Amino acid sequence: MITLWIDNKQYKAAEGQSILQVALDNGIDIPHLCYHEKLSSYGGCRLCQVEVTKDNRTILTTSCTYPVIDGIIVQTETPRVIKARRFIMELLLSLAPQAPKIKALAKEMGAIGTRFTPNTGDNCIKCGLCVRACEELVGAHAITFTHRGAQRIVEPPFEEAKNCIGCGTCVQICPTGCINIEDRGMERKIDKWKKTLKMKACKRCGRPFISFAEITFIMNKAKNPPSENWFEYCSDCR
Amino acid sequence: MQRLTSVQELEKTSKTILEQRKKFCLTVCLGTGCHANAGGAVYEALKKEIILHGLTEEIELKATGCRGFCEQGPIVVIYPGEICYCRVKVKDIADIIKKTVLENTIIEELIYQDPVTGEKISRESEIPFYKNQSRIILGKNRLINPQDIRDYLAQGGYRSLAKALTGMAPEQVIAVIKKANLRGRGGGGFPAGIKWETTRRASAKKKYVVVNADEGDPGAYMDRSLLEGNPHLIIEGLSIGAYAIGADEGFIYLRQEYPLALENLSVAIKQAEECGLLGKNILGTSFNFRVTIKRGAGAFVSGESSALMSAIEGKVGEPRPKHINTALSGINSKPSNLNNVETWANVPVIIEKGADWYTDIGNANNKGTKIFSLVGKVNNTGLIEVPMGITIRKIIFDLGGGIPAGKKFKAVQTGGPSGGCLPVDYLDTPVDFDHLKELGSMMGSGGMIVMDEDNCMVDVAKYFMLFLKEESCGKCVSCREGTERMYEILEAITQGQGRDEDISLLEELAWVMENTSLCALGRTASNPVLSTLKYFRDEYEAHIREKRCPAKVCKALIQYSIDAEKCNSCGRCQKMCLEEAIVGEKGFPLRIDVQKCTRCGVCREACRFEAITIIS
Repeated sequence: MITLWIDNKQYKAAEGQSILQVALDNGIDIPHLCYHEKLSSYGGCRLCQVEVTKDNRTILTTSCTYPVIDGIIVQTETPRVIKARRFIMELLLSLAPQAPKIKALAKEMGAIGTRFTPNTGDNCIKCGLCVRACEELVGAHAITFTHRGAQRIVEPPFEEAKNCIGCGTCVQICPTGCINIEDRGMERKIDKWKKTLKMKACKRCGRPFISFAEITFIMNKAKNPPSENWFEYCSDCR
Repeated sequence: MQRLTSVQELEKTSKTILEQRKKFCLTVCLGTGCHANAGGAVYEALKKEIILHGLTEEIELKATGCRGFCEQGPIVVIYPGEICYCRVKVKDIADIIKKTVLENTIIEELIYQDPVTGEKISRESEIPFYKNQSRIILGKNRLINPQDIRDYLAQGGYRSLAKALTGMAPEQVIAVIKKANLRGRGGGGFPAGIKWETTRRASAKKKYVVVNADEGDPGAYMDRSLLEGNPHLIIEGLSIGAYAIGADEGFIYLRQEYPLALENLSVAIKQAEECGLLGKNILGTSFNFRVTIKRGAGAFVSGESSALMSAIEGKVGEPRPKHINTALSGINSKPSNLNNVETWANVPVIIEKGADWYTDIGNANNKGTKIFSLVGKVNNTGLIEVPMGITIRKIIFDLGGGIPAGKKFKAVQTGGPSGGCLPVDYLDTPVDFDHLKELGSMMGSGGMIVMDEDNCMVDVAKYFMLFLKEESCGKCVSCREGTERMYEILEAITQGQGRDEDISLLEELAWVMENTSLCALGRTASNPVLSTLKYFRDEYEAHIREKRCPAKVCKALIQYSIDAEKCNSCGRCQKMCLEEAIVGEKGFPLRIDVQKCTRCGVCREACRFEAITIIS
């Protein structure tokens, strides 16, 4: 076990945990956007800044990427931390000026507006949640980051997302709602990944509920694949 | 070449190579600068001429790597006598063989003439540019054909490795490097000996040593010249490091843009393997070491240690948080010791001559020499190697020969895009890791760009920000959005759309980037802006408040005009102007139509009467 201090209180943590994990587990709120408990830490949004003192040296750092070390002292609400987070929020707000979640978070943090020209793009803040979810949770590896700097975008490699199974995990996890999924007739469309998938209808209620690509993916991937019948009915009718 | 299985064989071989040398040796510099100046054609012409005169038995013709004096290239030096001919053209070749080689006379027109004193100097080492340097690392470039290991062996090559392998314990090697206080030449300035020790003491059995050859600062080509001109020096340094650290595998991470370095390094590795200087049981000892070249894919940020190691692993070259440093957990999570090209190149020299000799060079906490690429508004552009602690003034005015065309010195930019600009008041600052950092700049890997009164400092800051925003990997918000927004603000200022609050916004942005970016690229990216704001704030204010560019560079803030008294109405400018912006009739002074003028400056260059001026 590791002992550390967060905001002048002592906490115990397991080796390998990040400061953010320990804080969240203990009900200490540190704002974050690119962190998700089921995914690897990324350190992209820079919002979860805290001050860490180790060996008499204090630094500003992201709590999601900092592994807990015995004896470190963490401060989550110092003026320096607040100043950094608020400015970063201002930068994020200029990237996704329309996104409700971002607007709410900004308001909560006291970043009322942004002094920068608002982005006219699709509100993507490049947090990488969709990329990591597709890679680490789903295992489809359908999308990736391409290009550098401000031109950096998430897209499928080589035009169309060959590996996309249309599961919609990326849509669910996106904090700005910039990935659109559209079910029309027997087709599912995700424009951002340039992907159209054929859907299978439920034998009982007739609702298209899963793509054929996803069925194949699950059958190939599962150690103990379900019987073929499993996919005849949707989760409501099953 | 035969395989060398002992130190005795190594020494015997280098002696034999020296004994077989021919009477004359003609060296042609084929480094980057000379190559671009048609040095290759000069080399071919010399080869033909030597055959024509039947002198192949007497003359050895050698293509060498960069000698540093790029301003005067292509350079041909004739030994014995060390006669140095500058800016040699193919038409000069017949004369060089006839007069200098056969008749032993010097061709006056081809030797160096000092631009200040007018003195003519024939010996290479007596030219002030070289005389004021201490070329302990770069010096051998001029004597070596980088594609022939025999040249390196003849210069005592691989003797330091032999000395370490047969006479020193690994800990002793580290002790010498520590005592010499060799600091990382890539710009970090971290003591190499301490880094080596950390990796050596790490518990994992497998360890790596890595050369950072991802040199990418604008205008910098120090590492390139070492890699292209003396690849065995790097390999030898790396091998000594591997022995000291306990690594059996090394990588050279070479940037995509250096094809000649790739060729020369590949040849060098192959030759070293054939000679038993790389591979199993090196020089008959139990030390095994192999080296692989990994090529970059054109990203500046891959020079950052964690990004570089990701790239070597085959992943995207993006930095990762370094709460555990790469010396302990690097490539494949194994301890990996990364040093820059120049740092590795210092190692054989230190082992050969000892730490005491080495620490005599430099100042209190900065030992040895540093190679700089001296470029920009300076007479002698080129590569220089000087003891650390030398003043900026000495570099620019003694070695560099001052500012061309009688212009006034304005600033010097050191440390590449992460560095800063220092004004005239700081000319007497010692150039080393510590002093430059104190002033808000840094020594960096050794880029040194000289600027004169015609450079606009806001424009300079904008240039570096453009570079950085394009090279930011884009992973973290602080760097990606920070550089982008900084560029936007600077662009607006140079366009005459700056607002009063922009300066404080720039400073706020700089603070956030410095404190919250993921890697050193973002953390130092604001330096060009902060240093110009610190020393040239009045220029920013002139752009913002008076909508004026004092250096007359920013196009949106300047106007070209014709001085009616000086204009001779020759119409030359009128013919050159693509926009038909110059109006008036012959016989009368011409005028510029400000609406049509794109401020390209062609008219000003065309005018023979200096009648066209820029106003701001």
